Amino acid sequence: MCQECGCGSGGDDVKIGAHTHEHEHHHHDHGHSHGKQTLNLNRSLMEKNALLAERNRGFFRAKKMLVLNVVSSPGSGKTTFIRETAARLGASLRVGVIVGDLATDNDAARLRTAGIPVIQITTGTVCHLDADMVAKAAAQLDLDALDVLVIENVGNLVCPADYDLGEDLRVVLLSVTEGEDKPLKYPPMFHSANVAVITKCDMAVAAGFNRDLALANLNRVSHHAQIFELSSKTGEGIEAWLDYLIKQRTAVNDK
Amino acid sequence: MHEVSIMTEALRMAMDAAKSAGATRVLKLRLRIGSLSGVVPEALRFAFDVVVQGTMAEGATLEIETVRAACWCATCQAEFECENFFNECPRCHDVSGELRRGREMEIADVETS
Ligand SMILES: Nc1nc2c(ncn2[C@@H]2O[C@H](COP(=O)(O)OP(=O)(O)O)[C@@H](O)[C@H]2O)c(=O)[nH]1
Ligand SMILES: [Mg+2]
Ligand SMILES: [Zn+2]
Repeated sequence: MCQECGCGSGGDDVKIGAHTHEHEHHHHDHGHSHGKQTLNLNRSLMEKNALLAERNRGFFRAKKMLVLNVVSSPGSGKTTFIRETAARLGASLRVGVIVGDLATDNDAARLRTAGIPVIQITTGTVCHLDADMVAKAAAQLDLDALDVLVIENVGNLVCPADYDLGEDLRVVLLSVTEGEDKPLKYPPMFHSANVAVITKCDMAVAAGFNRDLALANLNRVSHHAQIFELSSKTGEGIEAWLDYLIKQRTAVNDK
Repeated sequence: MHEVSIMTEALRMAMDAAKSAGATRVLKLRLRIGSLSGVVPEALRFAFDVVVQGTMAEGATLEIETVRAACWCATCQAEFECENFFNECPRCHDVSGELRRGREMEIADVETS
């Protein structure tokens, strides 16, 4: 059914932290019928998620927390980038993570080993996180002990583009080992990003990465986005990103 | 794409509306899907057949109306139909990335009894 990512049914197999997400039971009220009639709805199928995302945003704002939604293809370096960001911020800004994964909890384990508070959402066959899953996962974190909440979305550049989670910043990663034309192939995701990060810059030469072309494509599609180039491995370029993050967190605090 | 999630939500909205109107059955659902929404109509139909089972919409018809994408050209102050996100205006040849239509995922109406 889903050519892009094998996305399956929504709901019953999603697991959040220690709890299992229960399947909702539908109650059928059999009222009396009024014959055939057409009901005009003209409503967006995304409206429930949009509403829950706004609720999350209000809640996070009240907690004075900066919230990031990190998206990319599988393997672009999200987990490594988040771990390095949290480690380098240290005690100056306390980072907590919600990590979405189709099946395994390897990423959560990698972050937990680094001493970062983390809640895992196993999405099963669902190819994206939604605002409801994030609300439930956030409730399991001690938010008062955090300044920044980073959400690692499911590795997928298609489906997460449509789901607002209530984040302040959508951060899209593009590694130098992927094609420079990724932004052109996935315009909705790259267009909706507030920040675009070119990762694995330590491998740029080996990968034959065409930097000018990648930047031109990013500037075309993600023209609202702040662009960073860095390596989570060597730390090269990561300072500029951390400075930006600290400024963003201050801005949230002043709102 | 997340066709099953979307279809599940469409069915929920249709059944809620039907119940509020005192209906016992959903006979037809009409969706409006943009040509650049990323949603594959065939996958939606497949998902529909699965999610309606055992509900008041079992046996219902699914109608999908495709909304053709259109870009806005600031130079010409006019819309033009398009197949991609970035397109050259057929009149002035400026490139526009300002999509005006084509990303829709909507439920238009529901027929009930
Ligand atoms: N050389 C290099 N490798 C990296 C970098 N960031 C991540 N990786 C590697 O890329 C692979 C995938 O990274 P991961 O963080 O798991 O990606 P994710 O799937 O997006 O979360 C791992 O083997 C990482 O060690 C980087 O900046 N430089
Ligand atoms: Mg990861
Ligand atoms: Zn024009």
